[in-house]
Order: sequence, then C-alpha cells, then structure tokens
Amino acid sequence: MRKSLLPIIIVAATVIIVARLFYLQILDDSYIKKSDNNAIKIQYDYPERGYIYDRNGKLLVANQPSYDIMVTPNEMAKDLDTLEICSLLNITKEYFIQRVEKARVYSPRLPSVFLPQLNKREFAAFQEKIRRFKGFDIVKRSLRDYQTPSGANVFGYIAQVNDPIIKKNPYYKSGDLIGKQGVEEMYEEILRGVKGVKYIQKDRFNREIGSFKEGIYDTIAVQGTDITLSIDKELQEYGERLMFEKRGGIVAIEPKTGEILALVTAPSYDPSILVGRERSKNYTRMYKDTIEMPLFDRGLLAEYPPGSPFKILTGLVGLQEEVIDVNTTFMCHHGFSYGRGAFMKCHGFGPHQLNNGIYNSCNAYFGNVFKLTIDKYPKPQYGVDAWSNHLKSFGLGDFLGYDLPPGRKGHIPTAKYYNRWYPNGGWRSSTIISNSIGQGEVSMTPIQLANMMATVANQGWYYTPHVIKKIGKSGKNIDKKFRTKHYTTIDKQHFQPVIDGLFDVYNYGTASHLKVEGIEICGKTGTAENFTKIGGVRTQLTDHSIFVAFAPRHDPKIAIAVFVENGYWGSRWAGPITSLMIEKYLKGEVTQKAREEWITTHGLRSEYDKVTSGQPFKINQSYKP
Amino acid sequence: MKNQSVTNNIDWITILLYCLMVIAGWMTIYSASLPNEETSIFDIGQIYGKQILFIIFSIPLIMVILTVDAKIYDKYAFIFYGLGIVLLAGLFVAGKTIKGQTNWYSFGGFSLQPSEFAKIATALVLSKYLSDVQINLKNINHQLIAFAIIGFPVALIMMQPDAGSAMIFASLTLVLYREGLPGWYLATGAIAIILFLLALLVKPLFVVSLALIIIILQFFLTRRAHRNPILSAIVFVAIAGFVYSVDFVYENVLEDHQKDRINVLFDKDVNQQAEGYNLNQSMIAIGSGGWFGKGYLEGTQTKGGFVPEQHTDYIFTTVGEEWGFVGALVVIGLFVTLLLRIIYLAERQKSKFSRTYGYCVASILFMHFFVNITMLIKLFPTIGVPLPFFSYGGSSLWAFTILLFIFVKMDANKVNEW
Repeated sequence: MRKSLLPIIIVAATVIIVARLFYLQILDDSYIKKSDNNAIKIQYDYPERGYIYDRNGKLLVANQPSYDIMVTPNEMAKDLDTLEICSLLNITKEYFIQRVEKARVYSPRLPSVFLPQLNKREFAAFQEKIRRFKGFDIVKRSLRDYQTPSGANVFGYIAQVNDPIIKKNPYYKSGDLIGKQGVEEMYEEILRGVKGVKYIQKDRFNREIGSFKEGIYDTIAVQGTDITLSIDKELQEYGERLMFEKRGGIVAIEPKTGEILALVTAPSYDPSILVGRERSKNYTRMYKDTIEMPLFDRGLLAEYPPGSPFKILTGLVGLQEEVIDVNTTFMCHHGFSYGRGAFMKCHGFGPHQLNNGIYNSCNAYFGNVFKLTIDKYPKPQYGVDAWSNHLKSFGLGDFLGYDLPPGRKGHIPTAKYYNRWYPNGGWRSSTIISNSIGQGEVSMTPIQLANMMATVANQGWYYTPHVIKKIGKSGKNIDKKFRTKHYTTIDKQHFQPVIDGLFDVYNYGTASHLKVEGIEICGKTGTAENFTKIGGVRTQLTDHSIFVAFAPRHDPKIAIAVFVENGYWGSRWAGPITSLMIEKYLKGEVTQKAREEWITTHGLRSEYDKVTSGQPFKINQSYKP
Repeated sequence: MKNQSVTNNIDWITILLYCLMVIAGWMTIYSASLPNEETSIFDIGQIYGKQILFIIFSIPLIMVILTVDAKIYDKYAFIFYGLGIVLLAGLFVAGKTIKGQTNWYSFGGFSLQPSEFAKIATALVLSKYLSDVQINLKNINHQLIAFAIIGFPVALIMMQPDAGSAMIFASLTLVLYREGLPGWYLATGAIAIILFLLALLVKPLFVVSLALIIIILQFFLTRRAHRNPILSAIVFVAIAGFVYSVDFVYENVLEDHQKDRINVLFDKDVNQQAEGYNLNQSMIAIGSGGWFGKGYLEGTQTKGGFVPEQHTDYIFTTVGEEWGFVGALVVIGLFVTLLLRIIYLAERQKSKFSRTYGYCVASILFMHFFVNITMLIKLFPTIGVPLPFFSYGGSSLWAFTILLFIFVKMDANKVNEW
C-alpha cells in the first residue's frame, strides 16, 4: 500500500484530467464557437441590391446611401463634448446617455448603432467634426430609394432580419436586411446578391492583426441582379390617383401574357415612408390602423362576393353544359319565382336571351340558367360539383400562384360544402340560387376577377398572373409556370356570344354612358351586398361597386377588375375608373377630363365614416359631397 | 569500481523524456510568444529566444550535477537547506515586489525565484532526515520534526505571499507516508479537503447535518462492544467546527481576489470580463482544440493573445488549442511516464536517502503538473504554479532540471554506494 499509493494517485488524477479534456475538447463544441467569436472578426461586404424597373424600363426602385453613426463605448474620450454632439445631431442628452448605455450592455469593445440612417446633410455636418469625437464612427449602408410614390404593395419593403429568420436561414446575420412582402420578398435572393465575407484575426484588445489564415475562407460579394416588372409605372400611379379617398382595389392584367400591369390597393402609402429613421414609427402606425388597413393589399387579400360579373361564368357554364343556347329565352317579371314562395328580384322586365341577359344584367335569366345547370343532373350534388369544376378551371377557389404573397383563395362551394350545411340532402338548386348572380357562397379576390376577364378575353385560357417580366438583362429565366397556358373546361366557341354581350353592356346596357372614344370595351358592372359587424350586430352596409372589363374587343391588351367598397353600384365608381384606366393604358392620354377630375377629387369618406360614427345610418344613399 | 563511468549507468529513458518535454515546451512557448512581425528564432529580445538561452545554460548545469560526487547532497543537505531558508528570508530585505507579492530577486536583467530552489533543499534535508536509521515516523516527535522541516520554508513562502509554491510542499506528505507516516494523517487530510469543498458548495448547516447522520449511522451499525460515544462526539464537533470555520474563513479572512478564484470555480455570479476572464479564455482555448487542434502556430486564441500569461502558467492552453485532445494526451503521457519512471527508479534504490529523494522529486513534479493543468480546465482554483519543463522561465527550468538530475545522478551512482 505504501509503495503503490503515489502511482495510484498519479494514475487516478490523470484519468480525471483526460476525462475532463475529452469533455471540453470533444463532447462540448460550444468552445469552438466561442473561440471564433473571440478571435475572428467577420467583415461583410454588402453588395448593392438590384434595381427594379417597370415594363417600359422606367426606374421604380433604386438605392440611396445612408449613414449610421456607431459608438464604441470603451474608445470614447473622457472629455467628450456631449453637448456639441447632441446639438449637431439634434438629439437630447437623455437619448445620448441611453444609447451609450445600451451600447455598453451589448459590448463595450464593439461598435453599436448610436444613431441610424442619417441623411446626407446630417452626415456632412457630423463628418466634418468626427475627428473630435473619439469612439464614434460612421458606417455606410444602402437603403431603397423609391422613384414613385405608388406601388408600395407591389414592392414590399426591406427590414432588418429578426431572430426566427436568422435561425431558419444561416445566410442572414443580425443587422442584415431582407425583403419583406411584395417582390422584395419573392425575388429576395435575386435582388440581394450574395454578400462577401472576410475573416480577420483579432487580438484580445479587439485589434485587427491581419487576415485569418491568409484569407482562404474569404469570399467575394456577388452583385444583386436588377429585375424588370410587368407593372406599368404610369398606370399604377394613375390607378392610385383614381382611388382618391376610396377603399378597394384595381387589378389590370395583359391577357396575352398574364403580366400584371397594375395592382392598386387603396388606401395605400408612399413606399418611401418605410425607409429611414421614421420607418418603425410609420410602420407601427399603419399596422395599428385597423379601419383603413393601408398594409392590407386588397387586390390580393380582399375576398368579396363578386356580384354580377359572376353571371359571365354562369352563362359560360350553361352553354358548356348545353342547358341553354344563345337563343334560349326566359321571361323576367322584375324577377322570377324559383320555388314555392321564393322570388329573386330583378330590375329588368320582358323576354331575355343571353345577349340582353348580360347587358341588362338580368337576375331572372341567370337564375334560370343556374337552376337548369344544377338540375340537369339526377342529384343536385352532382350538378354542383360539375358547376364547381368548371369554375375551378378559371383558377377560382384556390391560390392563383402568382409571384406575390399568396393572397386568398376565395371560395367556390362544392357539394361537400352544402352537405355539411344541410345534412340529409336537404338542399336543391333553389336553395343555392344566389350563387348564379355572384352572391351566396361564392367569393373572389379582385385579382381572380381580373384573371377571369383575361381568360374570357383569351377565349378559354390564361397564364398565371405575375409581376416579373425580366430578371437581369436576358429575360429568359423567369419561372416556367408563368409560361404555361392553363385551359378552362369551357370550349372556345362559347366565349364569342358572351363577349358580344359584354360589348353590348357599353352599347345598350348598364355601362352605356361609360364609352370611351375609339376603344371597343367589353365589360360588366357589379353590385354586391355586404355586411359587417358593428358592436356585435350584423349590419348591412352600402353595396360594393364592382366593374370588370377588357379591351380592345378584337385584340385584348388589358383585362381589368375594379372594386370600390361601398360604392353603391357598379357603374357609379368602378365603371368610370375602369374606363379611365383602359384609356390611360391604351392611349397613354385621357380624353375624359371631366370624369377624371371628378374621380380624382371625390371619394367615399362620408360613407366610410358612417360605420365608425357610432350613429345609426342609412345605406345605399346618393352621394352628397 | 569507484571511477566507473557515470554514463554507463545513467537512466537514458529519463533523459529522453526530459529532452522531449523541454523541446515540446520550447515549441509551445515559440507559438505562444511569436509576434506578428518577422523575427529570428534566436532573437533574445523575444521570449522564445530567451528560453533557448535558458535551455542551453541548463546543459552545463546537468554536466556539473552528473560529474560531482553524489555524496555531497547527503553530506551538505543541511547547508543547502540553510541557504534556501536564507534566500527566502532575504526576499523581505532585497526582494522585488510585484502586485503585492515578493517572490523574486532581480539583478539587472536576471531574476531568481528562491522558492523554486527551496523545494530542492527541502527535499534533500527531508530525505537525509528520514534516511537516518533511528528515525521512525510512527513516533510523534519524529513526525513533528519531519513536518517542521517542510513547514519552515512553507511559512516563509506564505509570507511572500505565494500560495501556489506553498501548496507544492504539501505533496511531500505523500513521501512521509511512503516512509511510514500513519495512514490516518492522509485520511484526515482527504476528509478535510472534501469537507472544505462541500462547505463552499452548499450551506454549512447541510454539511454538518449530513456528517451527523453518517456518524449516527456508523455508531449504530458497529457492534455494541466497539461503540465509542465520546470519540463519535469529538469527531462530530471537529467536523462541525471545521465546516463553520471554513465558512468563516471564506466570508471574513479570504481576500476578494481569493474569493473570486473559488467563485469562478463554482460558477457563482462570475463576470466573464473581469474575474472570470482568465479561466474562461483558457477553457475556450483548450475546448476549441477538438481532436487534433487548430494546427501548430494556427491557434486563434493563442495568436490573439486572449489567454493571459500564456507562455508561463497557461502554456498548456496552447497545447490544447493547437494540438487538440491528441496532443494534450501526448504531453500528459510524457508527464505520467516520467513520474512513474521516477517512482520505479526510486523503489530500486539501495539507499533510503536516494529512494526518499526520488519520491520527493516525483511528488513535487506531480503536484506541479496536477495543479497547473486542473486550474486551466476548471477543476481547481486558479493558483499560479508553472508546468515543469514547459512554462517559460529560467528559474523554474533550472530548478526542475537540478531537482531531476540530482536524482538521475543518485540513480546512476547507486552501484558505487557500497
């Protein structure tokens, strides 16, 4: 025992040491990370973000330099003239103390943002005197510079990445910028490029002592790529002007290509207010605005009952199912009786065929068509599913798949849906007759309505709508899904009579006063009842004003859907806006000056104020400016 | 017989291990002290350049030790001891005070740490005393004298103060045990250390209660005839007194920086930028080494100078960072092989003097090795002791060289002893 104790102690101690080393060096890998954080400074070289152009090559979004003042607390001089900095930068002493304290908490040795995003003038003033402020430093970053006050909903915006993004995608580091919403998000990787990385060996005083391992891990920044959108800058700006003090959306599509020409939501905001030091204040204000919802892209997100434009689809399905032909006639007695004691009202009177059914927007006619379609089948379930499948071939009731945030699906009911509502088969065509005129259970987003018109203009097919036109200079590299035609289940020959009816809407029908000199427009008015909850009570509001159209009739270049919330009836607000948009796009110049003047200076503020006034109010009243 | 060449009997394994460690030590110092500009390996303005000089000067030192008659160590042990004590005491007159500690003599550019040499002198005197045939460590008077031999230099060193060096002398208790000191001294020491740690880790009341339960259990589990209530009571009172005095000492006697070192070990509210910095950086350096390390001269912690005193007490962090787990194993392997080799050689000595001295060498080297490495990997409070043959410094290299080679000489000479 006396001989062996020392060797035993030596061996035991060695085992403990080796076990501990094994744990520290092999099992616990946190020290590797700590060591990297310690000794290796990673310096990023941020490439400039790609520019965004409109379809005609006009610059929409560029970049501007922005300057952040950084502070490194340990390097600050003791006799710093705090007062001078405060007055130079127009900040309070409290702000100064608070920021320096915050920086010290983050790290006394590393630079933290002291004052972000100075403009050029502030920068110049500070730059002159920076030598006197030890510990302060200026870092240049690149921010978006918008060349248009419009299109905020299309562009999206750029923000600093948050923790969940950093965790999910290791490319992003704290403080990096990332595109959010709109094309900034959808084409993030193309626009941003790839940042360059330099590894620099530091010593314990945080001084740089050279390139880490002679730079073998360093990478060079890859410039961001410019993109060209299908948006027409002029049309987009014009659309936003027309939506003066109105709520709703305008979507214009080029039928031949599926390119989105304008995507207007109202109310909107100038994209430049989400740049710079006021960004978070402005964002919070808009985010909290639950009444006007400026961040809510109504063109993609608002699901409205489509109203009368839906009759186009009812007619097409009727023709395809061969329950009617162009000459089939139904009588209208200011409506029609579709069941025992059930009557659908209509403003029309007399015999109706497809053509005047469309231009008079006769409820009785389309109610009958719908009833025949459903009742063609032995059970209403089969009828509804056949009807629903036709509609789905127009991209309805599902995400369209455009290159913008996915929006909403809208709703096209199926037999399953009604079976859930009316178990035991307690429903028939008459139960769901409102769908025939775009009320009831169907709902669509404005972009779906516009795409429907593009499909009609193309007589049976559409491209998935998209805002991208070209990536970089070539333009050959956009997603294949935007180059694939989608065919509907409606045969081509059925479209012509419907298009003729839509044309006659401008000749004899509900939009006869909205004709545009020299352009043959095919369109359809719509009026949709809608409800909201005020203090928990379901309350009907003034009807939505809807209009869909395409033009010119023989060589369609634009398909459009306009939605004005609580605009009373279709040709009241949405109709004139449609005419103006079409003329603007096709002629570049608007001749209807009086109409333009009226629309761009009058809105529906008094109508919207009714809902929030807390007072009882009447709906569907004539407008009093 | 008498003039048989020393080289024939020398233990070449020990020499080889010594050379490997000194060379590896220098390479590590080179990495830890390499500046960022171009320099020559022999630049004596640089730390690694000086270390080369120290290594070169140790060669004549070894020659002298191996040449002179081994009998002088036996004969003049007390003179060496007296010299050591005078040097230690002289520090209070002529020593240089750095950060409140007076550990060094400084003449011009040359410094000397007498406590390093006091270890050798103490080892020699202890061996001399224990080798006397009349000495029996079962005898309480002889025990007291043996402890006094160790305690005298320790007291002087504690006054410098230099807790690290003083602690090294505690390892000589293991030598006493080998030579017949009753086992309960060690057992009591071990229990005291365990209680000490427990008292710092948890509330004293908890430790005392635990001790009470164990003592009561032990009391009732022994046969009635062997029960001794008075002894049990005394043991309990001793434990309780010890635990509470540890608590008292910690709260009232220890200086803040000493408390910090204990707190750092137990992760009690530690600021990693202040008192926790050294240990944290040391753990980062070692822990980031992985299996094979970052490569020689590639350690980022080492290059960045994050670990303080990296060429002296923290030299092993460079081994861990640049050579990884495998490299650390090799270095530890060198130490263990050397220690076991010394013990093996000691056991085969014919004279009790050289056997005891061999044990002293092994114990002292082991204590340095153990305290130095465990403090870097958070198994022991931070106490500044050098790693033998690796840490930078002339005093320590020469002291360890002399310590070791006196034994090598004794071992080589054993055939001449009769």
